Amino acid sequence: MSKILKTNALESEAIYIFREVVAQFENPVLLFSGGKDSITLVRLAQKAFYPGKIPFPLLHVDTGHNFPETIEFRDKLVEELGLNLIVRHVQDAIDEGKVTEETGKYSSRNMLQTTTLLDAIEEFKFDACIGGARRDEEKARAKERIFSVRDDFGQWDEKNQRPELFDLLNGKIEIGQNVRVFPISNWTELDVWSYIEQEQIEIPSIYFSHKRKTFVRDGLIWSASKYVYREENEEVLERIVRFRTVGDMTCTAAVESEADTIARIVSEIKTSTISERGARIDDKRSEAAMEKRKQQGYF
Amino acid sequence: MEVLKIATAGSVDDGKSTLIGRLLYDTKSLTDDKLEAIERNSKKKGYDYLDFSLATDGLVAEREQGITIDVAHIYFSTKKKSYIIADTPGHVEYTRNMVTGASQAQASIILIDARKGVIEQTYRHFFINNLLRVKHVIVAVNKMDLVNYDQQVFEDIKADFEKLNSQSSYEEQEVTFIPISALKGDNVAQKTDAMSWYTGDSVLDFLETLKPEQEELTAARFPVQTVVRPKKDEFHDYRGYAGKIYGNSLKVGDAITVLPSLTSSKIKSIEFFDEQYDEAVAGSSVTITLENDINVTRGDILVKSDEVPHSAKTLTASVCWMDGKALVPGAKYEIQHNTNRVLAKIDSIENVISTDYSGEDASATQLTLNEIGKVNFKLSKNLFYDNYADNKAGGSFILIDTQSNTTAGVGFIG
Repeated sequence: MSKILKTNALESEAIYIFREVVAQFENPVLLFSGGKDSITLVRLAQKAFYPGKIPFPLLHVDTGHNFPETIEFRDKLVEELGLNLIVRHVQDAIDEGKVTEETGKYSSRNMLQTTTLLDAIEEFKFDACIGGARRDEEKARAKERIFSVRDDFGQWDEKNQRPELFDLLNGKIEIGQNVRVFPISNWTELDVWSYIEQEQIEIPSIYFSHKRKTFVRDGLIWSASKYVYREENEEVLERIVRFRTVGDMTCTAAVESEADTIARIVSEIKTSTISERGARIDDKRSEAAMEKRKQQGYF
Repeated sequence: MEVLKIATAGSVDDGKSTLIGRLLYDTKSLTDDKLEAIERNSKKKGYDYLDFSLATDGLVAEREQGITIDVAHIYFSTKKKSYIIADTPGHVEYTRNMVTGASQAQASIILIDARKGVIEQTYRHFFINNLLRVKHVIVAVNKMDLVNYDQQVFEDIKADFEKLNSQSSYEEQEVTFIPISALKGDNVAQKTDAMSWYTGDSVLDFLETLKPEQEELTAARFPVQTVVRPKKDEFHDYRGYAGKIYGNSLKVGDAITVLPSLTSSKIKSIEFFDEQYDEAVAGSSVTITLENDINVTRGDILVKSDEVPHSAKTLTASVCWMDGKALVPGAKYEIQHNTNRVLAKIDSIENVISTDYSGEDASATQLTLNEIGKVNFKLSKNLFYDNYADNKAGGSFILIDTQSNTTAGVGFIG
């Protein structure tokens, strides 16, 4: 019996994109948040260059308000796969006076990440930054290209994007510009989870059902933590929750869930009536929150 | 899971957004919070219906002006398949967006308003689907509820469209006619009782029967993206060629020729991650090793030795122009053909082709934004290429502006 490769179209497309990045750019980097999408990217990059190593470093922009479980997981993954990890801290930009910490009820370092990211791009002269954003996540992201050109201020010119035809990706840029690359653009949340299940990819424990001290604000479940502003009348209770999307503590809400295995998460998502970013506090700021952040160089 | 890419085109008036919204809604792909946002924003705009374009118009400028500027990607799935719709807007950047959407699509939906029948816009939609050779075209005759579900109206439109189809240059194209009401949901996801005279499938049932990777069988092409050379002891002499297969499958033992060097070898192994395979089909991103140690780099193409394509220092192609700066004779552009780039000079512009089948203008001296025309190129070096009609991957390219670096146009060879 001859052994025929059955291809997974989305996986094959992502691997193709990774290979184009390495061929067309001199100094690419993978933006790693410790969330499931960037973990999936690491697996795809492994496959794209096997038996070689992943030929670019990982960059984590650490807000300092991350879930400790995510950081632990990140360090373990880097160790196991022998990856090169670069970490840059939002705290440094605050200490240097480049950005000012937000205050008040909805304060978050989410917006401040952009400065740290752009500084790191300049410091290391990265010409391609690979990210795990998906078009189905959010409507501004639905308009994003696979290769998305940013100017030297990191700005996205959404009205003047390069057309992308067939598989022909054009990564030509001027010095100082960089390209954001999205290999899993065409994946949905369910595609990512099904892939994690099929490939038995390890993910941080906060994606699974667990007990956590939380409070409710605006219909969302917030983590009770010293990093998260809380008013006195916002009562902390222990709830059985999990996270469906992972940013830092100040911008990610939990969902009540009993799903404690990948299989149960997959079936939960199949029947869910709320979208993934429904639990993103950062998107709730306005109808155009994501578009604005992207114009300023957010990932 | 299988993935089917579909292109839709047309204006809001045709009920395109309603059709897409209906497909999302009936496949339960629209979550409550997204639906609520559509309801809220429809109400805010004073509509008494749900405007599904609000779900896809992702940019502030689009929502402000109530027009779609850019291609939107919409996702839904059934138990059988995942679907990706490239929804290409009308108005401003019409041709450019439609060509972009159709270049990715295995199937295309053309909407016709039953009250208006085949109009100029229909011609343009169909022309682009012909030019790009999209295999399956679904002609959805919409708003049947507004013509009392009258079979004669449907048959007349079908007859008009068949006349158009007789002018098509792509004989193998499969055109399927479906009478629908996107608003009422008739024949969208489910068959309706309102049109018992129609015996075919609903739109969704028909999509479910299509095989995603079933392109016409063409010569295998393997453009090399990058060379994998692990710096590890156990893989000391390893040289793997990473790329994606187009056309027929490749097998271990196949005699191959490397382009452009014309050196020959045999496929020693086909690898995907840590597994080896005897055969891999179109669409697979694999790594191939060869029997002997020959020089292969990015931009080279591996082909079967009995399927070597044509090579020349000139080429003629239908070009769709996508840049504000017009294409003029004498200008130089970089051609990106598969993973290879060559410098090209515009030798001459033969004509500009009307996208409504009304003919060609041979007196044209330039190609402006959103125009399609036949262009002759001189190349800085020999290029191995196919005719687009025979082989899509080997017969298409993009033109890169050497100053602005933008993708200025797309070419279909032949």
